[in-house]
Amino acid sequence: MVSDPGPMVPEPFELMSSRQDTDDTWTLELEACSRRPFAFAPGQFTMLSAAGSGEVPVSISGDPDEPERLVHTVRAVGLATEAICAAEPGRRLAVRGPFGEPWPVERAEGADVVIAAGGIGLAPLRPAILRLLARRERYRRLVLLYGARSPDQLLYRDELDIWQSRGVEVWVTVDSAGPDWLGHVGVVTRLVRRARLDGAASVAMSCGPEVMMRFTVAALREAGIGEDRIFASMERNMQCAIGHCGHCQLGPTLVCRDGPVYRWREIAPWLMIREL
Amino acid sequence: MQRIEELISVAPVFEGLAPEHLALIAGCGRNEHMPAGTMLLREGQPAERFFLIRRGSVAVEVHAPGRGTLVIETLHAGDPVGLSWLFAPYRWQFDTRAVEPCELVVFDGACLRRKCDEDHELGYQLMSRFVANVISRFQATRFQLLDVYGHA
Repeated sequence: MVSDPGPMVPEPFELMSSRQDTDDTWTLELEACSRRPFAFAPGQFTMLSAAGSGEVPVSISGDPDEPERLVHTVRAVGLATEAICAAEPGRRLAVRGPFGEPWPVERAEGADVVIAAGGIGLAPLRPAILRLLARRERYRRLVLLYGARSPDQLLYRDELDIWQSRGVEVWVTVDSAGPDWLGHVGVVTRLVRRARLDGAASVAMSCGPEVMMRFTVAALREAGIGEDRIFASMERNMQCAIGHCGHCQLGPTLVCRDGPVYRWREIAPWLMIREL
Repeated sequence: MQRIEELISVAPVFEGLAPEHLALIAGCGRNEHMPAGTMLLREGQPAERFFLIRRGSVAVEVHAPGRGTLVIETLHAGDPVGLSWLFAPYRWQFDTRAVEPCELVVFDGACLRRKCDEDHELGYQLMSRFVANVISRFQATRFQLLDVYGHA
C-alpha cells in the first residue's frame, strides 16, 4: 500500500506540449508520470516548478472534465516562470496541488454569469467557462468581458470564436491597437455598460490585475450586481499553499487556503488598505 | 420611418430629456449613412458638427510620427462622436473613422450652441449629459494610462 506523501511533496509530471500564446506567455500540457488523473475544480491552482529554479503558484487553465491532462498558461516574468516556459516537451516538471477555493460555478446555476477577465486573468477563468459550457442549459446568459493590452496579447483567440458559437456572448477590448484592428478599443470596464447586464439576475467572476478588478467591480456594481454576487481571484505571495507559512495573508485570510477565489464583499475592505 | 427625436431619445446622452428639448436638438440633426473607412472628423479642422452613432462603430485615432495610426478608443451605437464642438476653440483634437458601415445622426454644432444660448435650461440639460459622458471617458482614459496589463 502506497501512503499519501502529503501536500508538500511534489509529484513529477511530464510536459507533453508547449504552445507560445504571446511574446511572453506559454500554454503547457502536462501528464502525471504516474498517469493518474488530476482532478481539480475551476479556479484552483498548483505549485509548479522546474528543477533548480524555484516553485510558483500557477492557476490551472485546463478543462476540469479532462483530468488526465493538467494545463497551465504561464507568463514568463521571473526566474521560475522563465524556466517553466522554456521547458521542452518530454521534460519533467514538479507539481503540488491542486489548492484553493474554486469559482462558484454550481452556485451560479439559474443565473446570468458574467466573466470579466483582464490579460492573463483569462487563464484561471478558462476552466470555469469550459464547465459552464459543458452544462450550458443550467445557466441563462453567459457573458465574457475580456480586456487585453493589445490584439497580439489576447489569449485563446481561436477559442473565443468557439465559445461564442456555443452560447457565450464574447466581448473583447484592447487598450490600444493599430488601424487594422476592427474590434473594441478601450478599457474592459466600458464593456460592462455595452453588455446591458441584468444586474439583479447576475453572478460575476473576475480575474486580472488587482487595479483592473477594482475598476471592473465598480462598473459591475453600477450595473446592479451586488458585492455578494461578485467573485474575484486574488494573487498574493503563495509559498506553502496550505495555509501554514502566512506569506499570502490578506487581512484575516490566507489566499492559498481561503482563496484565491473570494466573494468581493469579504475582501473589499482589505484592498483599500495600502501595502496590505 | 422614425423621427429624429425618437431615434435620439434612446441614446444615454439624451436620455430623459423633455420632449421640447429633444425636438430642439433634433431640429439641428439629420440622418446620414457612412461606409466603412469614412473619416468623420479630422484633427485640427473646425469642429462644426458632431454625431450620434445609431449603428456601427467609429475609431478615435491619432497619427504619431514613426508609430503610424493608433486607435485610442472605439465608439459604438448610442455614443456621441465629437466633443470639441462644445468648447472654444471649436477644433477637433483627434481623427475619427468609421470602422464599419455606420448609421449616424449628424448635428450642426453651431445650431445647437445657438439654441443653448437662447434656452439656458436646454443648455444646462445638454451640458450635464455631455459632462457625464466626458467624465466616464476621462476615467476610462486614466485607467487606460495605468497600462495594467503591461507589468507583472
